[in-house]
Amino acid sequence: MSDFTRAEVCAVAVAEAFRGDGEILASCFGTTPAVGARLAKLSFEPDLIMTDGIASAIRNVPPVSGPKTEEDIVEAWLPFRTIFDLLWNGRRHVMMVASQIDRYGNQNFACIGPHEKPKAQLLGMRGAPGNTISHRTSYWVPNHNPRVFVEKVDVVSGVGYDRARALGEASAKHHCIHRVISNLGVFDFDTPDNAMRLASVHPGVSVDDVVEATAFELVVPNDVPETRAPTDEELRIIREVLDPEGYANKEVA
Amino acid sequence: MDKRTTEKEAVAELADGMTIGIGGWGSRRKPMSIVREILRTDLRDLTVVTYGGPDAGILCATGRVKRLIYGFVSLDSIPLEPHFRKARQAGSFRASELDEGMLQWGLYAAAQRIPFLPTRAGLGSDVLTINPELKLVKSPYADGEELVAMPALELDAAFIHMNRADVHGNGQFLGPDPYFDDLYCMAAKRRFMTCEKIVDTPDLLKGGTLHTLKIHRAMVDGVIEAPGGAHFTECPPDYGRDEAFQKEYAATARDPDAWDAFRQKYLERGSEAEYQEAVRKR
Repeated sequence: MSDFTRAEVCAVAVAEAFRGDGEILASCFGTTPAVGARLAKLSFEPDLIMTDGIASAIRNVPPVSGPKTEEDIVEAWLPFRTIFDLLWNGRRHVMMVASQIDRYGNQNFACIGPHEKPKAQLLGMRGAPGNTISHRTSYWVPNHNPRVFVEKVDVVSGVGYDRARALGEASAKHHCIHRVISNLGVFDFDTPDNAMRLASVHPGVSVDDVVEATAFELVVPNDVPETRAPTDEELRIIREVLDPEGYANKEVA
Repeated sequence: MDKRTTEKEAVAELADGMTIGIGGWGSRRKPMSIVREILRTDLRDLTVVTYGGPDAGILCATGRVKRLIYGFVSLDSIPLEPHFRKARQAGSFRASELDEGMLQWGLYAAAQRIPFLPTRAGLGSDVLTINPELKLVKSPYADGEELVAMPALELDAAFIHMNRADVHGNGQFLGPDPYFDDLYCMAAKRRFMTCEKIVDTPDLLKGGTLHTLKIHRAMVDGVIEAPGGAHFTECPPDYGRDEAFQKEYAATARDPDAWDAFRQKYLERGSEAEYQEAVRKR
């Protein structure tokens, strides 16, 4: 087996999070999610729709680093109002970052401290409330620690399972927090009360490492598998095609 | 009707405490010559509705804003607007933060002259906690679903910046995205459009397809020719974002003396022409 970096394991885990999504818009924030989603498109999810980050859907898959190898092949016009229409229509899977996330997947990237006068203003609510109530959402955390995986988030931007359940079935019918991927492991909510579960630990990480870096009580199965290693072909795509300058390696702690 | 006017005359219609909408998105195609004109007045206590960029940052940092109704405030290449961040952390204005889609819905409701539009966006999130005036509405149909009743965001005045316009108030965007500029205009009592260049009506279609004529004259009361009026935000294809200037602006949030100097050097000039001259000379 080839040597691989932690970021490459994370990118493959991201790609796996998009497996089965088919013909939907894949939106990503962060370098590793961008590499991972593009890897999915170039390998097992060719129908994923991606944008140029401005207002066009493009059919080609450009690299996240290094020289641009080809002109973009524009396939559709997606200005912001079309994005809102599309996301309310549900044909999208977004991977957002989480500055804080709790056991039910409530996410905060708005601010630290009280909203009326925050200690630290972060990105803000952005589209997180509408995204999480409308379509599949996953999260990316490049630096897993107890200040991110918290008992209670300061402000709820992205809606978690406990709050979605409280809304009732009609309002929450499109709510789905699919995966949380950190630099230490992969997490899902496949538990009776949708509490966060450790789905796999990345190669070289122990279950104890993850538990120690998490401030809430994580659901830990008896046997926690290891996140699958990148295949040689995946490593080739990541290193030669998508991220020749290794930006993802700089993002992952 | 010839609707040509100036930034000065347009801004003279504003009064303390008014609600104004500013078009564009982040650091993209913002009517910045209007923002700069506001700085030449004593206007205060404004409620500003915006997909915020440096418009929000500058107006907050100069104490003009009582309440900001916004989906986000970003400089795009600098993800978080540092002057906005500083003002937020000082608690210097009321932050009515919404989900990005909710802001569109509020403008659209006002544009349609209806009291609210229903949406799922916001449900379960702290958008409803930090905006306690937001109410829910129950579907009157068999589904009985509860939705957020996003209230109409009615504006006293709206300001947008287009690439081209004619003197009658027909406006043309030549970049990739119309953003929500038409909705700002339709949501407002008084509507002002700055533009890079005023052209004769028959020339509008020489610059772009029919589909670029997003703003029609029933949306607009005043037209202002403002070349470079969106600076330092981008206004493609006429010009990109002035990243070097934006960096200079952003860096001043860390240092009150630098911010004073920046304002004196650029923003506190007597006219837009003097601002543009100062930018050229730097």
